[in-house]
Amino acid sequence: MASRFIANTPEEQKRMLGVIGAASLEELLVRIPAKARLPRALGLPAAMAETDLIRHMKALAARNADADAHVCFMGGGSYDHYVPSPINHLISRGEFFTAYTPYQPEASQGTLRTIYEYQTMLAELTGMDVANASIYDGASSLAEAALMAHAATGRGEVVLSRGVNPLYRRVVATYGEGPGVRLRDVAAPEGVTDLAAAKKAVGPKTAALVVQTPNFYGCLEDVAAAAEIAHAAGALLVVAADPVNLGVLEGPGKLGADIVVGEGQGLGVPMSFGGPNLGVFAAKNDLVRRMPGRLVGATVDRDGARGFVLTLQTREQHIRRAKATSNICTNVALCALMATIYLATLGRRGLVRVGELSAAKAHYAAERLAKIPGVSLRFAAPFFKEFALKLPKSPERVAARLARQGFLAGVPLKSFDRTLADCLLVAVTEQRTKDEIDAFVAALEKAVA
Amino acid sequence: MSAGAYDKLIFELSSPGREAFSLAGADVPESDVRKILPEKHLRRDAPALPEVSEFDVVRHYSRLSRMNYGVDTHFYPLGSCTMKYNPKLNEDMARLAGFARLHPLAAEAVAQGALQLMHELARDLAEIAGMDAVSLQPAAGAQGELAGVLMIRAYHRSRGEKRTKVLVPDSAHGTNPASTAIAGYEVVEVKSLPNGEVDVDALARTLDTDVAAFMITVPNTLGMFEPRIVEITELCHAKGVQVYMDGANLNAILGITRPGDLGFDVCHFNLHKTFTTPHGGGGPGAGPVGVRAHLEPFLPVPVVTKDGDAYALDWKRPKSIGKLQAFLGNFGMLVRAYTYIRTMGPDGLRSVSDNAILNANYIMKRLEKAYDIAVPGPCMHECVLSARRQKKLGVTATDIAKRLLDLGFYAPSTYFPLIVEEALMIEPTETEAKETLDAFCDAMIQIAREAETNVAVIHDAPVTTPVRRLDQTKAAREPNLRWTPRA
Repeated sequence: MASRFIANTPEEQKRMLGVIGAASLEELLVRIPAKARLPRALGLPAAMAETDLIRHMKALAARNADADAHVCFMGGGSYDHYVPSPINHLISRGEFFTAYTPYQPEASQGTLRTIYEYQTMLAELTGMDVANASIYDGASSLAEAALMAHAATGRGEVVLSRGVNPLYRRVVATYGEGPGVRLRDVAAPEGVTDLAAAKKAVGPKTAALVVQTPNFYGCLEDVAAAAEIAHAAGALLVVAADPVNLGVLEGPGKLGADIVVGEGQGLGVPMSFGGPNLGVFAAKNDLVRRMPGRLVGATVDRDGARGFVLTLQTREQHIRRAKATSNICTNVALCALMATIYLATLGRRGLVRVGELSAAKAHYAAERLAKIPGVSLRFAAPFFKEFALKLPKSPERVAARLARQGFLAGVPLKSFDRTLADCLLVAVTEQRTKDEIDAFVAALEKAVA
Repeated sequence: MSAGAYDKLIFELSSPGREAFSLAGADVPESDVRKILPEKHLRRDAPALPEVSEFDVVRHYSRLSRMNYGVDTHFYPLGSCTMKYNPKLNEDMARLAGFARLHPLAAEAVAQGALQLMHELARDLAEIAGMDAVSLQPAAGAQGELAGVLMIRAYHRSRGEKRTKVLVPDSAHGTNPASTAIAGYEVVEVKSLPNGEVDVDALARTLDTDVAAFMITVPNTLGMFEPRIVEITELCHAKGVQVYMDGANLNAILGITRPGDLGFDVCHFNLHKTFTTPHGGGGPGAGPVGVRAHLEPFLPVPVVTKDGDAYALDWKRPKSIGKLQAFLGNFGMLVRAYTYIRTMGPDGLRSVSDNAILNANYIMKRLEKAYDIAVPGPCMHECVLSARRQKKLGVTATDIAKRLLDLGFYAPSTYFPLIVEEALMIEPTETEAKETLDAFCDAMIQIAREAETNVAVIHDAPVTTPVRRLDQTKAAREPNLRWTPRA
């Protein structure tokens, strides 16, 4: 039967079989034992014509509350930031979109150059020496950082602040299972890491101390103090940071981080129900040969012209196999390209503006929301673009009610931390207008009244 | 650098004062961050990002794109990677606001369409592979492998067994031993027979109560179906060993045979290979993992469930191996794969494998005189040649790859699998037409002839690409991993 994605006609198939010297397609399957053959057709829905399929897909899409039809105040690791129009047009060029990993560098200079630009931009933002070509998402980047610290220090324990996104902490636990990395938590009772407790938890067995800033609750951590604690014990400091904030916030590398990871979704990548995302991974130079993932380096060609290649590949699985620094092969190159084009577009001033506007609007929203009777900010610590709001009514119910009025009100925190069952995590980006915030405040006031 | 080739990086286009962004002004009363946030958290200097116009951005990246070969522009016979056509409709569907603009922590009640899509896709993949349950969470094949091996580990532990080794053939993809090692196992390499098949007698001797799993690729990395596979899985099960199938080569067997029916306990899928999600220059992909019922309790959390007409996320799974990504998986890729499966239907998917196999055998037949064939056919969806004959004339697999670039084709995978000398692994996929295969074969035959008559033209190659052969040693010895302004 014909498919628009298969060119061979029955006539052409016959001619090709003639060249091969086979009487039928079936003859090519002789090595498959008869008892292993599927004796029936696959039990899948029948093929759909394009127009019918589009109708079906639109119906599915319509059953989701998206951030076009709703005003989005949700965060918790995925944010509704501005996506400049050229990104989608440029990444959709087939030469980028349908290329493989640049293993033949002469025919992949476009991809290699964009990755080199990406590495440069992310190293600059994070304040680190070198950034890799990407990991899957912020959580898996953090897990890779934990394993790298374990390998680099030869120590078995990783100390994680409870301010680190709980979903990230679960991923670190999954990755730590095989190598036997022990995880210890440090509390963040006032919305930021209890540094005195961190100091007690970090010791000669600690491979790394991990903090996130702004952390899961939106609060800013004292990275320099955390660095001092980690380094005094001979441990590494791993910082999870959202790079879209780093036009305004200091790069963690400048504050003493040894490894910086983060979720780069804010850099022009659609929220897309949580994936694909962009795992950022950056480190100091002395750790480069232990880094996971691909790295692009500049070199020269036979004629002395500048060119780019995948380099330091002896770290990687296709060369080092069981002794590789990581098992990662496929990464999220196209999301890294989105981020590259985003950062080129926003440029020196634009990224600063995004950070300034997000912080300003978040603080305006927080101030207005906290004036609603019964509503208050849960933590007093300084925050950036996201904050935990204590509500007098069930946050799940308030959010469900506001969804019907066109607001994605925030992330109820009960499933992340039972002690915060009365809290809603609210994020405000530069995309929100004062009018939207005012309307949200009014709707929330009614919902909790 | 060939004459006129573009050699700029975005930083080198920067001109102070240029802007490419459009952001509304501050509409709230206080917009000075220095008044809002404590000084110690603030960046001292604005980041050194480029200052360019929007058109600078568009032209720069358009020009860079033209320095790539992609499936849309070139035949891309990269073995093991399944570089097939990526349907444009998939892209339109993934960009529908209801999918692309959906927040990952949206309440179940307002994400029913997305959850339904995931539930149906998991069910379809389970049917395709003959598995009982599928997790869509792994971001790529390697993460699927890690999830699969961790589930096997959890399974053995739940039975009070502490097995320490995983067997992996010497012909395996590098991710297999790497993922296995990260999952905490000792990797034991099993030597293949010269024809790439599993040495069943040697395997039988290696299997013992300390072996947790045997991990193999079907069809194998020589493009051959493993004829004794059912015997192999039975042999493993008799020793309590779980059998993992690397699904990289699934494009060869859609509707023909199923991993579950062959006796496999776990397999992963590469949606970016078999199910047409784009490779994107190295990712993102998606690596769902399928399991038989006895491993279902160990699946990553959450699992999408269906109760009546309502879809939900089940987090209460005490035996789960945990989470692999922060959220639910590479959902955008799932939308594309779902669109593709609905486009093709059961008969369409079967014809995918039929034509992938036909195309590979056609190439192998046409090239069997000019090159050594690693293993006599028929092959499945890819064929492996050896350039050992050409090597005696001073022409390596790398040389042939570079010459192909000049002749307008991306190169096959080279030097893989490791068990074949000077390997050239060719996977044409079902989406290529006969005339493309013929043009490629003509080029390969021309190169074989040049190896005998005009080695210089091969050694000079490539000369039509934006750069010529690159100095890899210099790149590794003097790592230059970020741009710095010239002093």
